[in-house]
Amino acid sequence: MTAAVAERLGRLGRFLWSGWAGLAGLALFAAVWQAGHERFGAFILPAPLATLAAGRTIAGDPASWALAATTTLRALEGFALAGLAGTLGGIAAGYSPATMRLARPILTVLLGVPPIAWIVLAMIWFGSTNGTIITSIVVASTPVVFVGVAEGALTRDRGLDDMARAFGAGPLARLTTLGLRHIAAFLFPALTVALGSAFKVAVMAELLANTGGIGGALAMARANLDVAEALAWVLIAVGGLILVEYALVHPVRAEFERWREAARPWGVKR
Amino acid sequence: MAAVLALKGLGHAYLGRTVLDAVDLTLAAGEVVALVGPSGCGKSTLAHIAAGVVEPLRGRVERGYRRHGMVFQEPRLLPWATARDNIAYPLRLQGLPRGERRVRAEAAAARAALEPADLGKYPVELSGGMRQRVAIARALAIEPDFVYFDEPFTALDVALKRRMQDLVIGAARALRFAALFITHDLMEAARVAHRIAVVDAHGRGIAGERAVEGTPGERGDGDLYRLVATFLTDDPLFRHIHDIDERRAS
Repeated sequence: MTAAVAERLGRLGRFLWSGWAGLAGLALFAAVWQAGHERFGAFILPAPLATLAAGRTIAGDPASWALAATTTLRALEGFALAGLAGTLGGIAAGYSPATMRLARPILTVLLGVPPIAWIVLAMIWFGSTNGTIITSIVVASTPVVFVGVAEGALTRDRGLDDMARAFGAGPLARLTTLGLRHIAAFLFPALTVALGSAFKVAVMAELLANTGGIGGALAMARANLDVAEALAWVLIAVGGLILVEYALVHPVRAEFERWREAARPWGVKR
Repeated sequence: MAAVLALKGLGHAYLGRTVLDAVDLTLAAGEVVALVGPSGCGKSTLAHIAAGVVEPLRGRVERGYRRHGMVFQEPRLLPWATARDNIAYPLRLQGLPRGERRVRAEAAAARAALEPADLGKYPVELSGGMRQRVAIARALAIEPDFVYFDEPFTALDVALKRRMQDLVIGAARALRFAALFITHDLMEAARVAHRIAVVDAHGRGIAGERAVEGTPGERGDGDLYRLVATFLTDDPLFRHIHDIDERRAS
């Protein structure tokens, strides 16, 4: 028991320690940004510190928290729907070649239509409501999850399936104990990408459909030609995404991928 | 003695190509039968059919045993589970509670000479021999009265192979399970089995059988070498045993 807790703490420590590398990357980005600021002036590109100050002002206002919460909620709702639909569809396609053959061309069409076109269509169908945002997210994110999950279901180890059958496992037991576990390794990277695009599409759709949230605030900042505030909102959106990814997606994935960690030789752990 | 496994007129084909036809074989309780034959004669398919992994095209399988375990040519371990959880996997399929699974998996691991320190490791951290030990422990964990071995030690080196054979011989005597042991190594067959059945080179039934004197584990090496040499030089039944056609080998 204590050993398990110690191992878990060790992994958490390694994970936090790897944050230094991330900080170094961000510092480099800020340096390039600062250089751009000094070259083009404060109106075109405000300094990183000025943007941070604007961000602090925004963060100090409870009304902006409500805006950010609106966007986050919409993004998460769309993401949950896309994740569910993509996972179920992907499993069906991975296990049934006929479904896969039918789904392939539909996916190509869905992926070929640019997200902006979907937003316009959704605006016509739903007007300036939550429905527009969520529909856009679902259409943009579902194919990513679907393809990842179908890939996982297709590459499952049939030898393991035979082994389970030899020990008396029915189709359902094989799906829950082998199939889903294998698919999870493909599902998580796909979910990470889907979550990112959910936030991006949410902000874009809010801006275009004028439905409040971070996108609405960005539209306002643009109308006022307030570049520092626009950048600050972008920072907040990116920050929210990073928070969700590192607080939710990464820990769950780490739990599933412990055996890969074991396969890695010493010294090259992340 | 009542038959624990009876294969009656089994036949199978892959994509229209017949690999097995009219196979009849009966095993008594506690009896270990080695099934030998040239590569590609369908002996693996036979074991898969008998174990219920593959549905036969013709004939039927009568199983008189309570439950069986199986050891494959590759270990076929779940890469994401520790050795302990791999051994407990069939118990999980049976729906046993977690605590009991753990106790029984550790007992089976001890029987396969796995040390407690190895049980927390993942398959990638184990050597080939250790992985096969885990696979054997997994088959023993459900306390089977019948075990299928499908060329389990083909990929191991000679010394390791002997150790694994001794493990199987010891377990079969202690747990009194009957077994169908597929192999193409006649020496291996003579060491572990009570009886050797030879599959016809084209899968047309069982070509013949030879009983091996004595009890597995008590036969001297010298006697076994002489026996195998006699089989290979003088016995027409074993004439085609080392024929190989890579194209058909599976």
